[in-house]
Amino acid sequence: MEAVQVCDVFKFYKKHADSHKFLTIKSALVNKTLFGDIQVGERFEALRGVSFNVEAGRTLGIIGENGSGKSTLLKILAGISKPTAGEVLTRGRISALIELGAGFHPEISGRENIFINGVILGLSRKEIQEKYEEIVRFAELEEFIDNPVKSYSSGMFMRLGFSIAINVNPEILLIDEVLAVGDASFVPKCLDKINEFRRHGKTIIFVSHDLSTIERICDEVIWIKKGLVEMRGYPKRVVDAYLEYVGKKDEVKTLVQHGEEEKEAAREREKRWGSREIEIANVRMFDAQGREKYIFQSDEPLAIEFDVTAAGPQDDFVFGIGVFNGEGVHCYGSNTMLENYASESIAGSGRVRLQVPALNLVNGTYFLDIAAHKRDGYPFDYHHFQYSFRVTSSHRDVGIARIPHQWMFSGGIHFKKNENP
Amino acid sequence: MIEKLKEIIRHRELIFTLVSRELKARYRGTVLGFFWSLFNPLLLMLVYTVVFGFIVGGGRVAGFESTKLYALFLFNGILPWTWFSSSMLESANVLNVQGALIKKIKFPVEVLPIMVVTTNMVHFLFGLPVLVAFFLIFGKSLSPWVLFLPVSLFAQYVFTMGLCFFVSALTVHFKDIKDILSNLLTLWFFATPIIYTYDSVPKALKYVLNLNPMTHIIESYHFSFYFGSLPHYKRFTVTILVGLFFLYLGYLLFDKLRDTFVEEV
Repeated sequence: MEAVQVCDVFKFYKKHADSHKFLTIKSALVNKTLFGDIQVGERFEALRGVSFNVEAGRTLGIIGENGSGKSTLLKILAGISKPTAGEVLTRGRISALIELGAGFHPEISGRENIFINGVILGLSRKEIQEKYEEIVRFAELEEFIDNPVKSYSSGMFMRLGFSIAINVNPEILLIDEVLAVGDASFVPKCLDKINEFRRHGKTIIFVSHDLSTIERICDEVIWIKKGLVEMRGYPKRVVDAYLEYVGKKDEVKTLVQHGEEEKEAAREREKRWGSREIEIANVRMFDAQGREKYIFQSDEPLAIEFDVTAAGPQDDFVFGIGVFNGEGVHCYGSNTMLENYASESIAGSGRVRLQVPALNLVNGTYFLDIAAHKRDGYPFDYHHFQYSFRVTSSHRDVGIARIPHQWMFSGGIHFKKNENP
Repeated sequence: MIEKLKEIIRHRELIFTLVSRELKARYRGTVLGFFWSLFNPLLLMLVYTVVFGFIVGGGRVAGFESTKLYALFLFNGILPWTWFSSSMLESANVLNVQGALIKKIKFPVEVLPIMVVTTNMVHFLFGLPVLVAFFLIFGKSLSPWVLFLPVSLFAQYVFTMGLCFFVSALTVHFKDIKDILSNLLTLWFFATPIIYTYDSVPKALKYVLNLNPMTHIIESYHFSFYFGSLPHYKRFTVTILVGLFFLYLGYLLFDKLRDTFVEEV
C-alpha cells in the first residue's frame, strides 16, 4: 500500500524581485495580484511536475543541489505549503522534522515547552504527559528541564526539538537536513532512532546533502534536478549518478576558469614547457569499462592514457606523472626511470597507458602533471597542472591518501554492527 | 462555515496552550509582569484625569460629580479599549512574529489571531478586579447589571476578532497597514465615548458616533458598571449582528489569503 502519493505536482513562486515591488491596495485590486494566478513571466518554477509513490514502510531519500526543489517538495508533503497544481495524498499521521523546536518560547522552561511544542505538533496534553519521561530521557535533559529554554545550548535545543518531534509517533516521518546541526554524539542516536522507525515499518522521507547517510539508510533515492525527478532507483546508483553530474558541472566550471587564465601568456608558459622533440597530446582518463571519465570513486580502477609523437628518433627518454591536490600538495609522482624501465628507442608516434587499480585518494579535485624528458631532466614536453579530475568517495576520511586499512577490536570493545555501511 | 468553525473548535487545546504560553512568557520575563498589562490603561487614566480634571476643568469635569468619578468612568472605558487596540496592533504583527510556525510546520494559521485576541481578553479580565477595587475605594456601589459582562465580552470578542482577521491577513501583503493602524486607532479612540460621555455629545455628532460599533460596546461596559443599568439593548443587538458580520467577512478574507502566508511572511 502506498503511504505517500505525489501526482504531477507543480509549485510556482513569485519571483523575489516582483514580490518586493511596491504594492498598493489599489494596484492589487486592479491587477488582481492578490487573488489571481501568478503570471508566467514573474514566477519561479520550483517544481515542474513531480510524481512518485512511496510504499508504506519504505525509506526514500531525496537528493539534489541547492535550489532544486527538494525542500519545497518536503514542505508540500508536510502540508505546510500547497502545490500550485497536482495532488499529494498521504496516509497516516505525519511528523515533519523541518525545523526543530518551532514554537519554543525562550523565557519558558523546557518542561512547559515540551507541552507547547507537542500540542503545536498535534499531540494532546494527555499524550504528551504519557511520553514526557521518554522525551526528556531521549533528549538527555533531565537536569535542565526546568530551566528556561533561552539558557540551552544550540545542541540542547536541537535535542529537545528532535525528541519531541520523534515522539509524535508518526506513520510518516519527513526529515529535512535537521541532523546537520546536531552535536556529534547526538546524531548517531538520531540515526538509531530513525533505524528503529524503519524496523517498525514506518515510512520515512529523508532529504539530505549527506550522501553517505542517504546511501546507508534509504531503500530508494530520488534525485531532483531543477524541479523534476531526474532519476529514481537504488541509492548507490542514484548517488553515483548524482556525484558524477555534480563533478562534471564542477569540471566545466574549472575549464571555464582555465580558459580565462590561459589568456595570460606567462601562465601558459608556466604550464607547459620543453623542447617538443617528443610531444605529448590527448591526455585522457578512462574507467574500468574503457569509458572516458574524470570523476572516480576512491577505490575504482582507472587508466591514464596519452599519445606521444617523436619528431626524430631518441634513445634517452622518460615518461612521468605527478598528481597534485587542490592545495597544490604533491600527492604522488613517479616515472619510468624510477621504476627501472630503461629506454631503448622511440620513433614516430606511440601511446602510453598507466593502469591504476585504485587511486586511494580522499575526496577532492586533483591535477595531473604529464611529462616526457631525458634521464638528466632535460624536458621534451612538460604539462604542468594541465589536467584535472575529481575523486568522490562516500567515505568521509581526511588527509591525502586513503591508506588501505581495516579496523580490528578485541577484548571488551564493542561497536554496533549497523553503524558501518 | 460550520465546518471551519468545527475546525477551530478542534484546535481549542492548541489555542489554550498558546494563550497560556503568551501569558506565562509575559508574566515570567519581568517581575512586574502583571503590572505591565495594567500599566497602559492606568497611565492613560491618570493622564486624562489630570488633564481634564485639574488642568482644563480646574478640579471639575462637566457632567461628573467629582474628579474621582471621572477617573472611574475613564478606567471603565479604557480597560476594554486597551483589549481592543492591543489586539489590533498585535495582530498586525503576529503572522510575521510567529513566521516559524507557519513556514516550518503544518500549523492552523487562524489560531494566531485568535491567540492574540484571546490573550488580550485575559489581560482585560485580569484588570477587572482592579476596576472593581477602584469602585470600592471610591465608594461607588456596583449593581447586579455587572452580570451583563459576558454579553459585552462576547460582542467585543466577535467584533475584534473579525477586524483582527482582516488586519493580520492584509498586513502580510501590505506592510504599511501597521503604520496606518496606530494612527487610525488614536482617531478611533477619540471617536468612541471613553474620555467623554455619550450623552454629552451634540446630537448631530451622535449619528456619527452611533455608526461606530465600539461606541456601543464601550457603552455596554459603562452601563453595566458605571451607570449600573441595562445597556441600550436595541443598539447593542445591532452591534452584535454587525460584529458577527465583520467576523464572517474577516474570516472569509483570511481563509482566502491563507495559502499565500507561507510565502509572504
